[in-house]
Amino acid sequence: MNKHLIEYALHLADNALILGHRNSEWCGHGPVLEQDIAITNISLDLIGQARNFYQYAATLMNAHQVSPQVGGGDFSARLREEGAVTEDSLAYFRNSSKFKNLLIVEQPIGDWAQTILRQFFFSAYQNLLFEKLKESQDEQIAAIAIKGLKEVAYHLRWSSEWVIRLGDGTEESHSRVTKAVDELWSYTGEMFIPVDYELQILKKGIAPDVTSIKESWLQKVKEIFSEAMLKFPLTYLIHTGGKEGKHGEYLDLILKEFQSVARAYPTATW
Amino acid sequence: MVTANNILVDAVWKILKDIQDPEVPVSTIMDLGIVRDVLLHTDGVEVVITPTYSGCPAMDMIAMNIRLALLEKGFRNIKIKTVLSPAWTTDWMSEEGKRKLKAYGIAPPNPKQQVCNNDLFALHETVQCPQCNSYHTHRISEFGSTACKALYQCSDCKEPFDYFKCH
Repeated sequence: MNKHLIEYALHLADNALILGHRNSEWCGHGPVLEQDIAITNISLDLIGQARNFYQYAATLMNAHQVSPQVGGGDFSARLREEGAVTEDSLAYFRNSSKFKNLLIVEQPIGDWAQTILRQFFFSAYQNLLFEKLKESQDEQIAAIAIKGLKEVAYHLRWSSEWVIRLGDGTEESHSRVTKAVDELWSYTGEMFIPVDYELQILKKGIAPDVTSIKESWLQKVKEIFSEAMLKFPLTYLIHTGGKEGKHGEYLDLILKEFQSVARAYPTATW
Repeated sequence: MVTANNILVDAVWKILKDIQDPEVPVSTIMDLGIVRDVLLHTDGVEVVITPTYSGCPAMDMIAMNIRLALLEKGFRNIKIKTVLSPAWTTDWMSEEGKRKLKAYGIAPPNPKQQVCNNDLFALHETVQCPQCNSYHTHRISEFGSTACKALYQCSDCKEPFDYFKCH
């Protein structure tokens, strides 16, 4: 069971890290200063949540001597050097095939509309998920979720307002956010399809059944889309695989960049 | 009952009272409610702290400052533990802490009941200008220079100011 709990903690951590990293690409490039600060504040919250989940995964791995296979080749080497798993080795030394994030979070930031819409889809999902995780039988997962929920409430309100502002704004903003819906919609379904580790810990009351939050998520999207004058998509093609380590090329490019310093200078310290 | 242990614990609390928050240097970590507990063990002392926000970048520095301050006063075997539960809230901020924030030019958090409102495009919270005390202020951005603050501007004296968000 610990193996599945560790995989689940990594899944939650990877979602937050990769989206936090994507949003941070706006740092210094936001459309106006206040919104540049807003999106990077959201990055900071997400990376903070990621750290909490990574620290917990590391604690579990060290306590239960879980196989270094969890991280892949370079991670195993790092583990031999350091003697223990750390939040940093989980973030900087695992290969992309070991990352369990949803495919939606690794998609490029695109334009402001695409960034906003992805944040809205994700925050609406995270809000429902963390509400359920408050009741998790695992105390630490519950504590991280309760802490994170206060932040997610801000993210959801901010991104919802922006979806409405863009959708019900000018002709150009409307067409851009419509295009973003086309780009991102097929990546939303993965959030509600459980994989093996989720099902295994669902039985223990640690993780919720993600299929149970799908309806509420769709309701939220319908509500905001209707205010934003956006058409609700009819097709429901679903890309899956991210939660099990099957990623597109984007994740590799992200990791190449942010793992490069740690991997080039593994003995460097702050 | 006064015991040797109580005296030691009091001494630790007293040291912690002087440690500043690195991001809001006018406040101490006690003013902000970051220190949750001080525990005495047979072989050392443990200080329990909690972050304001999940991503608060000041936590590592706060932990280091606590360690240094205690070492300086002769404590050894210092353990600093970070807990997430119960989640930090601005309700834990002391009245003294709020007064100091205002004097520094940061509007202190409003009482909680005013904000737990997630309605979209809701009226912004009424925040008092820390400079001229006017309530005629408006929000510029929900997110400010640090995770715990929002950016406001006074419509009377025109000064922009930080508001320590209710959380």
